[in-house]
Amino acid sequence: MQHSRRDFLKYTSAVGGGFLLGFNILSPKRLDAAVVSADTEGAVSFNAYLSINADGTATIFSPNPEVGQGIKTSFPMIVAEELDIDWRLVKVEQAPLDGKRFERQVAGGSGSTPHSWKRLRQAGATARQMLMEAAAKRWDVPLSTCTTENGKVWHKASNRSLTYGELAADAAKLTAPKDVPLKDRKDFKLIGTSVKGVDNPLITTGKAIFGLDFKKEGMLIAMVQRPPAFGLKLKSFDASEAKKMSGIVDVVSFSNKVAIVGKSTWEVKKARDIVKIEWEKAETLESTADHDRIFKDLMVNGKPEVRRKEGDTEGVFKTAAKVIEAEFQCPFLPHNAMEPMNFFAHVDGDKCELVGSTQNPQSHRDQVAKALKIPVENVTVQMTRMGGGFGRRLNGDFVVEAAELSALIKAPVKVIWTREDDMSGGIYRPACRYRFRAALDKDNKMVGFEMRGVGINAGDPTRGGNSFPVGAIDHVLIDSVNHKSPITTGPWRAPITNFLAFAEQSFLDEVAEKAGKDPVQMRLEWLDKAQKSPVGAVKYDIDRFRKVIQLVAEKANWGKSPKGVHQGFSVYFSHNSYIAQIAEIVLEKKKPVLKKVYCSVDCGILVNKSGALNQVVGSIVDGLGHAMYGKLSFKEGAAEQNNFNTFRMIRISEIPEVEVHFVDNGIDPTGLGEPALPPLGGTVANAIYKATGKRLRQQPFVNEETELLEKLL
Amino acid sequence: MASYNLKINGKEYKTTVDDDTPLLWVLRDHLGMTGTKYGCGVASCGACTVHVDGQAMRSCVLPISTVANAKITTIEGLSEKGDHPLQLAWDEVDVPQCGYCQAGQIMSAAALLKKNPKPSDADIETALSGNLCRCGTYHRIKEAVKLASKK
Repeated sequence: MQHSRRDFLKYTSAVGGGFLLGFNILSPKRLDAAVVSADTEGAVSFNAYLSINADGTATIFSPNPEVGQGIKTSFPMIVAEELDIDWRLVKVEQAPLDGKRFERQVAGGSGSTPHSWKRLRQAGATARQMLMEAAAKRWDVPLSTCTTENGKVWHKASNRSLTYGELAADAAKLTAPKDVPLKDRKDFKLIGTSVKGVDNPLITTGKAIFGLDFKKEGMLIAMVQRPPAFGLKLKSFDASEAKKMSGIVDVVSFSNKVAIVGKSTWEVKKARDIVKIEWEKAETLESTADHDRIFKDLMVNGKPEVRRKEGDTEGVFKTAAKVIEAEFQCPFLPHNAMEPMNFFAHVDGDKCELVGSTQNPQSHRDQVAKALKIPVENVTVQMTRMGGGFGRRLNGDFVVEAAELSALIKAPVKVIWTREDDMSGGIYRPACRYRFRAALDKDNKMVGFEMRGVGINAGDPTRGGNSFPVGAIDHVLIDSVNHKSPITTGPWRAPITNFLAFAEQSFLDEVAEKAGKDPVQMRLEWLDKAQKSPVGAVKYDIDRFRKVIQLVAEKANWGKSPKGVHQGFSVYFSHNSYIAQIAEIVLEKKKPVLKKVYCSVDCGILVNKSGALNQVVGSIVDGLGHAMYGKLSFKEGAAEQNNFNTFRMIRISEIPEVEVHFVDNGIDPTGLGEPALPPLGGTVANAIYKATGKRLRQQPFVNEETELLEKLL
Repeated sequence: MASYNLKINGKEYKTTVDDDTPLLWVLRDHLGMTGTKYGCGVASCGACTVHVDGQAMRSCVLPISTVANAKITTIEGLSEKGDHPLQLAWDEVDVPQCGYCQAGQIMSAAALLKKNPKPSDADIETALSGNLCRCGTYHRIKEAVKLASKK
């Protein structure tokens, strides 16, 4: 326990206490050389993102939370590229939350790289320029005759060089130049290559610190008993026996919950099991069967909110030669990050220290400050590595809870959720149902398109109603209805589109079939239409869309697969990136078996090729697993699955071959942590249809009605 | 409460805990070894995998009283310098995303390679089917196990 605590304290002092002179890269100003950390002697700070050490190495601070998206490697790569330093000379540190020096310290929306791309490049390029200026001055040569290479400034004419370490102190005294030119893409040495995760050596030896691993002297452990069903509230509790158990310090109640506080996890868990708690009904206790009824009722009788309207769908459906209609439904899903929720909080008077796994530290800090009624400046947040998040750690409930408890018991405390707590504790992917209608004219052209989304606490289940092929269809009506439920929901990797894309892409496949068209060709025709005569706003880039479609069709030999290989196609635009996929299914003993998924990706410039591939393949596995098996059902407000022995997750023996192709177009990076997930369900379902003639309209695919799919993977 | 002398990673540790305390929590809470992870508590995810007398076991369901005399190896003790062929292969192939499950994956794979130094795809799938990876790094896990088995 001792060693990990000390290691961590050293790390926090290096990043938190000692980094004295950061400045905002967007408002460059003169700065003095400053020692950045207690354990890196002679380190000189250039800006919020980097310091140069006397030994010629650079310390690059990664401000965004690392949730498995690889940001702790790719962000520093971007800085190092423009700084022009050998990657082996780079040390990476996780920066804490600091709204003055950094922007958007969030792991969400696949937005980190798009948001910070220019900023990070500018940080590296500005420091490089200052180092060159310092060298030019020292050698008394024109700046234009200086160049850089792998962490050194060169004056090639006289064959002289100085390491960045030798120049750092002088360079940092210079006024930071504005608008330093950035590298031409063809000169990139690091960006676009495969760089291994900077924490790999720590992860593979068990030394990486995740939230659950963080410890601090005097820290207590707590588990919280929350209402066992949505709609219940605390009536009374009797903790007299629990309090007598070994290792138990206190049992307290707050915010409709009971917290058991003690010295070790197991002791606290055992004590929680014997606390007698009575709950009472506060709201309706909803079951999955209720939701099924509510969906069907609201689909017909709900008062929908119009999200997008073009032309006159009512008229066009009346005169249509053919009308196609289908409904799709998905259940709630827990996020199931491998590291269950937990957080450390230490409230001391009007100050609060927070440490742990969070995707959204600034928002959580603000929520804690509000809950404790203390100034936000008095709340600090250190981010550890996260054992996954998938959106769950964007929600601040578990952080606020830890802070409230620490304030109540006046001690540093880590609140730990068991897997059962985590899976039954809410903030789920909302359950949704969609109805689609397509009107074809006598030439089998889709002239009318309607979609109604009904969601349970889903916000707008149509995501604005702007998805392709909207923009190419003359008459469109997209609307939605919401049911308010006591079951809590939140963003889940690729919010809404994680299921909406399946529904849309399955339906469009059905439209193509009924129209007697090839599904790929039909999409390309719509794109032509959206380009030549757009209908209303077109919120996607037509050329990028077209390119990924053509690329995957070419790579998978669309339409020319060998006999017995059944292909399904889908394409989706989300998080500003474009993904097209083709799945291949064969029948073995009359059961469909998914053999391969081809995937084309346009996310602009790749920063870390290895990391990018990991995201795409991981998203495909994630999308497949949840489409196949993911289901959280409810009985009287309580989740019916609460651990991995009742909630089925995809396993290593169930993965198809995956082949990924990236479009190389030099466009600034767009999102990648999420967009490969949404189309996957439709890709696979459309291939299953080809193989079996069965249209899947619900997730998960594997359930009582689709027993035939048990063997798919 | 009882006192236990435990043999972990070639060293002796003394701890006093309840008999039913799972090995996982003894490691994490009492001995400061946090490389072994908690994921489910019901032996369904494999994040807590350690070796008990050379066998891959889920430490979250192993009461300390049952392993008092056993030789226990955790991820921290798999190799002295972090250079077990699997640890090197995991880095080489760049397996981790979030990284949380990987210690358990590596411990399951290490037990497999000890018994079966040249495993087939099917052998790897069988040995690692008890280890969940929520990020979906399974392709690279397979690749890394194969790479390590060639060394």
